Amino acid sequence: MDLLKTRERFNEYLDEIVVYFLKRAQRFINEVGDIFIFGVEAVKLFFSYPFRFHELVTHLEFAGNKSVFIICLTGLFTGMALSLQIYLGFKMVNATSLVGSTVALGITRELGPVLTGLIISARAGGAMAARLGSMRVSEQIDALEVMGVDPKQYLVSPRVIACAIATPLLCGLFDFLAIFGSYFLCIHLLEMDSATFFDHIRQWLEPRFIFEGLFKSAVFGLVFGVICTHRGYFTKGGAAGVGESTNQGVVTSMVMVIILDFFLSNLITIFYHAFKIGKVCANSPTSQHLRQQLRSPIS
Amino acid sequence: MREQPDVSTLEAAVKITDLMKTFDGKEFVVNGMSLTIPKGKITVIIGYSGTGKSVLLKHILGLFRPTSGSIEVLGQEITDMTEQQLTKLRHKYGMLFQYAALFDDMTAIENVCFPLLEHRRDIKRAEVLEIAERRLKESGLEEKHFHKLPNELSGGMRKRVGLARALALDPEILIYDEPTTGLDPILTEMVDNLIVSAHNLKPGTTSIIVSHDLFAALRIGDYLAMLDSGKLLLFGTAEDFLKTDIELVKKFVDKGVHK
Repeated sequence: MDLLKTRERFNEYLDEIVVYFLKRAQRFINEVGDIFIFGVEAVKLFFSYPFRFHELVTHLEFAGNKSVFIICLTGLFTGMALSLQIYLGFKMVNATSLVGSTVALGITRELGPVLTGLIISARAGGAMAARLGSMRVSEQIDALEVMGVDPKQYLVSPRVIACAIATPLLCGLFDFLAIFGSYFLCIHLLEMDSATFFDHIRQWLEPRFIFEGLFKSAVFGLVFGVICTHRGYFTKGGAAGVGESTNQGVVTSMVMVIILDFFLSNLITIFYHAFKIGKVCANSPTSQHLRQQLRSPIS
Repeated sequence: MREQPDVSTLEAAVKITDLMKTFDGKEFVVNGMSLTIPKGKITVIIGYSGTGKSVLLKHILGLFRPTSGSIEVLGQEITDMTEQQLTKLRHKYGMLFQYAALFDDMTAIENVCFPLLEHRRDIKRAEVLEIAERRLKESGLEEKHFHKLPNELSGGMRKRVGLARALALDPEILIYDEPTTGLDPILTEMVDNLIVSAHNLKPGTTSIIVSHDLFAALRIGDYLAMLDSGKLLLFGTAEDFLKTDIELVKKFVDKGVHK
């Protein structure tokens, strides 16, 4: 009898746990769907009348211009730190001449877009979520609606598009400064040969790797722009609600940047395979080498 | 629910019939409300907290869709309107929010210019500025405050700017959401006077005020509507409210008048 009761109770607990996780999963799916629809609507609204170019420029200035200094600083030091670590590792196998090209590849394809995405989502994304949140709780968004102005078109669309434009531009700057940092460290502090440094970069770094990074950062910009504006736009409660939506916006954006990076990298690789890895650089040693390496796990 | 006094001789600005609204499918926030707000008059909607005043206001503005019932604004049924149609209709509204809801990155004059720049693209910038200045002066704001940001203005000044912004597009319906809540008696009187002068600026303007302040409602309202539990409890003139034998209204009136 006791065993039967225990079993029943155990089943009840199990049911509760399953229901709990199913509800969480349902909420997560609903939320992802909501954010996706919100994003599609925001992009669509940007291209409908009345066009918000003035607002776009304002937000480009905020997300782009005002992030230049922080991007320069982080880019420069990331390049130097990465070079130093790679130098120490490569020195053990007597391959220090490859430091520059390794840093350039790592920065342009992975670290540049990811770090730019993380930095801009924290700086501009957080500020956007907070701004929209405070507009929501102080009824400014309601005021827009009552005035017959579409708040999504006026507030959300230019911000999202500005993020999608500013992030790849900042990523390009980050890439450049990180490689410059690496150059400075390798040539001026570690006294490596400048010609070898550039020769290897030229040999290994193909334009499509740079474009790949820029493309990824544009996607990151679009995604964190949508997430942060969504959080801010639907803020509930007072000051505490603004804080919570800012926090959620930044955290979700950062996690999404890292998760998306993995999937995008794989998708781009599949794309390269499907289209025989870019026609311009198809015969370079890097491409051939990479192709051989990448072909096996995918096929 | 009591019968509404005969306002059939007056044209209706807003006609609400059997309005029902539920958010969770169980509890009705607005429960079968019928109300006619006459055109060209000041109507004050009063009631205790949580009786559905703000929800009713959001229905009139088209921000909420009713669960059932109909809402006619200036002769047009709004419950089945598309967002674009509602946006067009909203050009006829001017609204003063409880805390003015001014855009905090714009100066006072920029706030008033905003609706004009959005909806009157046919007029030149100089003319927009001229209208905005006139509206701000009509609302009683001194010229030296025109270029200040909202956080540099006092509560009363912000209300004046909010009112000037509401008046910017010459609206046919002026809506006030708790305009005097949290203000001192002097400021309350100032806002009441502003409401009356804004109402008289353009003949035929309909003013709808949602308020807790019964004293002000009796003073400035042509008609009063009291809500309770999502229903209309009483609609009438100030006299009707003072003479009523409805217990809940009597209690509200006693407390309001002797405050």
